Order: sequence, then C-alpha cells, then structure tokens
Amino acid sequence: MVRRTLTRQDISEALFRHVGLSKHESAHMLETVLDQISNALIDGKSVKLSSFGTFTPRQKRERIGRNPKTGVAATINARRVISFKPSKLMKERINKSEKN
Amino acid sequence: MIKSDLIRKLAEDNPHLYYRDVEKIVGTIFDEIIIALENGNRVELRGFGAFSTKDRKARRARNPKTGSDVDVNQKTVPFFKCGKGLRQKLNEA
Repeated sequence: MVRRTLTRQDISEALFRHVGLSKHESAHMLETVLDQISNALIDGKSVKLSSFGTFTPRQKRERIGRNPKTGVAATINARRVISFKPSKLMKERINKSEKN
Repeated sequence: MIKSDLIRKLAEDNPHLYYRDVEKIVGTIFDEIIIALENGNRVELRGFGAFSTKDRKARRARNPKTGSDVDVNQKTVPFFKCGKGLRQKLNEA
C-alpha cells in the first residue's frame, strides 16, 4: 500500500462531505478546533478527547545532552513539550486494521 | 478541557451552526485522523503537529507484579509529534 500524508485539505474535504459545510467554512472550523486545543495547552491545561486521546503539556528540566553526530555535550534548555496518550479505542482500531 | 468543553466553545463562537452540527464537525475531524492512521497514512497539520504510527516488535516482557514472562505481540502504536508553531508558542511565555 502506498503511504499518503493527509493535510488540512483532506480533513476540510471530509467536513464538506459529512457535515455539508462549505469548503471555506470547513477550513475555518478545522482551524478553530486546532486553535482551541493549542490555546488550552499553552495555558497549561490538558485536553482530553474521549475515544481519541489526551494531550498534556509537560515541563522538562534543563539537562546535559549530547549531539549524536559529533558526541559533543550540550545543555538542553528547560522547555515545555506536549505528550499525547492515545485512547484505548484508537489503539485498538489501528491494530485491527494493520492485521489484515 | 474535554471534548464537550471544546464543542460548547465552538458552538458559542459560531451561533449560525446547530449544536449537533458542531458535534459532528468535531467528531469528523478526529475520526478522519484515526481512519488515516488505520490505513497506514499519516496526518500532518502544519503548525499544530503530525499524527503517524510506529511499529513495535514482538518482545518478551515481564509481569511486574508476579515476575513471570509474558509474550507481547508485534503491534502498531499511534504517535503525535508537536509542530513547530505550537512548540514555539508553548515556550514563549
């Protein structure tokens, strides 16, 4: 099977098909959803979407890392990252289809 | 924030849409992402992040409670990589 990368356009297209929104409004609604999730994460809140998964912002401390190519030690600054924990349903769906 | 909070906020900001349509919009977006991953595809939402899958090999693990060996089958797990735009905004404050 040929692997494909879906983009905003594919999801907007699905909204147009399933919900009947105009292409313009589909794109706008998708953007709004992504913005709402991003803003909650930036505010330090986790976002829990049942049957999909949970996004959680995490604080990482400063640590000493190494450039894997050169082996030179370098400080990795303290930073915030997002962790995503997929729901049980999502994991099951992905495994069911891969077995075919 | 949970899914119903997200739906309520979107419904408030878009009074021209029915509540049930907003529910359908949110449902469709996340379902499309899962369908793409089910089909072995990836989903790239620039500025937000990308969803993909990773294959995990079969391995012999241990039940931490009893210490007995357990065989874990080969499996595929979903993976999310935060996008550049979101990563920068997270670290601006």
